Amino acid sequence: MIEVKNLYKAFDGNEVLKGISTRFENGKTNLIIGRSGSGKTVLLKSILGLYEIDRGEIWYNERNFTETKEKQRKKLRQEIGMVFQGGALFDSISVEENVRFPLDMFASMTSGEKQSRVDFCLDHVNIEKQAFKLNPSEISGGMQKRVAIARAIALNPKYLFCDEPNSGLDPETATVIDKLIQSLTREFQMTTIINTHDMNSVIEIGESVLFISKGEKEWVGTKNEILNSNNKKLNDFIFANKLYAQMKNGA
Amino acid sequence: MGFFFHVGRYFWMLKKVFARPEKHKMYFRQLFHEIDNLGVNSVGIVIIISIFIGGIMTIQFAYSMMNPLYPSTLIGLGTRDTLMLEFSSTMLALIMAGKIGSNITSEIGTMRVTEQIDSLEIMGINSASYLILPKIIAVVFVFPFLYILSVFFGLLGGLVTGPLVGVITMPDYIEGIKWLFVPYYVTFSIIKMFVFGFLVASVPAYFGYFVQGGALQVGKASTKAVVNTNILILFFDLILTRLLLT
Repeated sequence: MIEVKNLYKAFDGNEVLKGISTRFENGKTNLIIGRSGSGKTVLLKSILGLYEIDRGEIWYNERNFTETKEKQRKKLRQEIGMVFQGGALFDSISVEENVRFPLDMFASMTSGEKQSRVDFCLDHVNIEKQAFKLNPSEISGGMQKRVAIARAIALNPKYLFCDEPNSGLDPETATVIDKLIQSLTREFQMTTIINTHDMNSVIEIGESVLFISKGEKEWVGTKNEILNSNNKKLNDFIFANKLYAQMKNGA
Repeated sequence: MGFFFHVGRYFWMLKKVFARPEKHKMYFRQLFHEIDNLGVNSVGIVIIISIFIGGIMTIQFAYSMMNPLYPSTLIGLGTRDTLMLEFSSTMLALIMAGKIGSNITSEIGTMRVTEQIDSLEIMGINSASYLILPKIIAVVFVFPFLYILSVFFGLLGGLVTGPLVGVITMPDYIEGIKWLFVPYYVTFSIIKMFVFGFLVASVPAYFGYFVQGGALQVGKASTKAVVNTNILILFFDLILTRLLLT
């Protein structure tokens, strides 16, 4: 479980996060949604510690992340997996080496054990053997995302963060990625936080949805509650898409 | 203010770079990769440039010493000392700042804009140390070898070109390059190469590490890195020459 309390963050006097408090549950896919510029990425990167927050607290289970020293933070980060919007795979090494990288860095395993773990992770995200030796630039965008997920789960993390994991993908591949993240979250009982503005993801895997607007928490609920919400800002955001407007009207 | 901001941030970055590595084995692997990428891959260009410059310098010395009062051995001596004191150290460092420096900035800058550096940080890895430290060690280690190679091939270029164009005989040239040899010039130049190597790796790394934006900004950062490294090389050349040679 991850909990944020009264989070504030400003850049050059411009307040981006204005007192956000929320809780992300274990074993669930927790989605953060909102318009572009609403503060989703800043919230995600603040929770990860990539941005130093101005005020507030971030708790990883019983550990107060805001109070921890750099050394303890580094240790905690080994329990975190992250899937970036563009994959952020290392260009100069192969698919297999990318997944092996965190193991080489932190795991006390034999070479054979590492290889088994790499095979296990890549197999879990349905990457075929012949792609193992290819470089990230030689595989498709969808495959890159899957390899990024494999790398993120290599160290068996407790927390998984995904920043717009299906952006730039066709709807079918995007659904595959969404389902994959959901099944891994359940299988490994991770606390997963997904940053998205894709409504298909919300409908597919939105077990807990946080809607933020202009840096403030606007609404929290599940995918089933979202279509019946009376929150105007949320409705404006969701029903900008005609398909969802028709769904709401029962068409 | 901008100047002090950059100087402060550069030293802050160096503090991070020289922190204790997470896993020495991974750093060593990276170090060998960088020695190959930044050092071994530069050998060809160093040899080509040095042969041509050695040949050109021999012809120019011969031209400016067309006087029966000057012994022709001066041509070899002039070529040798110019190569040893300035070309194979300072000029070579300026050329390498263009080749290696832009490579370092664009590599690290691209990693920054594609979030690969964030990815390292989230894994709990000191990205500055993991990415920059092996580059600094590799370049500082390789530069003195490149200097020696450059002097050798520069002299060889003169040895081939001088007799070929008829400005000096081979025995006179060989006699010249042995004449009044000062071994301290080599020590002095190798000290310079250590300093230049550090600048050629660390300054472009700084510009790449803090780049913001996209491909355009990475390109601009590469240009800035090369220009600033060149200025710093010349500045330190002046200081080291004053301190160590006069």
